[in-house]
Amino acid sequence: MEASLAVDFLGIQMKNPLVLASGILGTSASIMERCAREGAGAVTSKSASPEPRAGHANPVTLAWNGGVINAIGLTNPGCREEVLLLRETHERLKALGVPLFASLFAPTIEAFGEVVRIIAEAEPDLIEINISCPNVGSEFGTPFSATAKSAAEVTAVVRKAVSLPISIKLAPNVPEIGRIARAVVEAGADAITAINTVPAMLIDAYAGKPVLKNATGGLSGAAIKPVALKAVWEIAQMVSVPIIGTGGIRCGLDAAEMIMAGATLVGVGSAVALEGPAVFSRINTELEAFMLQEAYPDLASMRGKALPQNE
Amino acid sequence: MNEKHRFQGGVMRPFRVANILHENESTHTLLLSGRLPKAKAGQFVMAWLPEVGEKPFSIHAKIPLALTICDVGPVSHAMVSLQVQDRVWIRGPLGNGFELKGSKHLLVGGGYGAAPLSFLAQEVFRQGGQALVCLGAKTKADLILVERLKRQGRELRVATEDGSEGRQGLVTELVGEAIDAFQPDCLYACGPTGMLLALADLCKQRSLPAQLSFEALMRCGVGLCGSCELPEDLCLQLGLPGGWLVCHDGPVAMIG
Repeated sequence: MEASLAVDFLGIQMKNPLVLASGILGTSASIMERCAREGAGAVTSKSASPEPRAGHANPVTLAWNGGVINAIGLTNPGCREEVLLLRETHERLKALGVPLFASLFAPTIEAFGEVVRIIAEAEPDLIEINISCPNVGSEFGTPFSATAKSAAEVTAVVRKAVSLPISIKLAPNVPEIGRIARAVVEAGADAITAINTVPAMLIDAYAGKPVLKNATGGLSGAAIKPVALKAVWEIAQMVSVPIIGTGGIRCGLDAAEMIMAGATLVGVGSAVALEGPAVFSRINTELEAFMLQEAYPDLASMRGKALPQNE
Repeated sequence: MNEKHRFQGGVMRPFRVANILHENESTHTLLLSGRLPKAKAGQFVMAWLPEVGEKPFSIHAKIPLALTICDVGPVSHAMVSLQVQDRVWIRGPLGNGFELKGSKHLLVGGGYGAAPLSFLAQEVFRQGGQALVCLGAKTKADLILVERLKRQGRELRVATEDGSEGRQGLVTELVGEAIDAFQPDCLYACGPTGMLLALADLCKQRSLPAQLSFEALMRCGVGLCGSCELPEDLCLQLGLPGGWLVCHDGPVAMIG
């Protein structure tokens, strides 16, 4: 009996289903190469925007047992500089047989089309469209992930601009995420990434003030795994494209649960920060051990097992 | 999951300033009304002042928690302006500190980089080891901890670039001689990157293991944002893996 972690994602052959989630450490070629060497099946860069962004002032992140809250504020060198970084990263990852996913963000629907064209010059294996960052609302207003209409409009613009595979990253704080997922797939998305962080805040009682400089931020880590599972489970019942299930994955069992909810790939973010990039090889080992123990020969035999249609 | 990686300093907790020691014109040591019993020399904390900001500081002592702060920017300026009874919020300890190896320890500090060395010297003392401390700075006014280390009875050598205190020259010159005379088992250093690289070379030539504590622009402090990545050419030069994060893998790098 053997258990294989190999997975075909939109025709891309991956050694395992774990993906470095966008926003965690995807800031340089050396750091993304390190994650690939430590066992990530694919690596996602930090979201690039039309112009460089410094991000928010400290405090930007707090981490405790229950999770992580952050409001980094989309720090990035701007999409033109990002193309150079992505090209170098892609070269290094190719040598390791690890695909590169490039994340991007823009303030307007039209600007998404411009940024995606620029990022496509680096020819990443997938472009992830971040329409759901919860930490820049004061600058850019309601995220495009808030309604099926605005999410589909961004998707259509991006779809028209490039032929590379695109995944749309959705927000959890909506009434019907499955409906939004269906709208973006109808508008041309090849995959769905779910979920982004959950809007949240911390207040310090002694200071009588919000802790994050940005006041509010995005919650991730263990606290949001149940939220992410439900979102992926609902999306998987509404669309047939592959899902990158992300949110609170810390161990092999978490990854198995996410795949059973219908995910093809599993994003890992906060756990990489909490434990370091070595977390990838640990989760892979645990996932493989679980599959052996429970007699799942491959990921396909486990995928969607918890969906109603498979009961 | 490894227990060390599960807490990550948590959310910040309020401490009050209990006492203030003036190290030099721009540097104060704040003794706080609380302790960080699990802290190790070379680890750091993030200190927050609401409305001002949050920055990393190395730990000067754990019981009570003490931070040596040099006035170099808006947050550190507000920190050195604090009065007794004022509050400061702390999360930590964070990162990986020094680990004493052998029994003879050579401690090297450059400028306000000397901040964690008094704590380390105390750990050496507690373990019954021998410590020799070499401190360097541009001028006498830039030195910190000299009097304190003398009072604690530590063996001390000092160099200043202008010769206003101790030997005129760079601390690395003192260190070369100290290695020959003292025959340490390991070198521990904190200070500017240039000094650390020179020490790494020196230790390589003498086959002496080194533990070097790096400074970096730090934002999240927990290995999430990537801001404090050590430049890849430095990693290569030091034999560290590419993508080495000062906050998460360091701040102390084990060399040789």
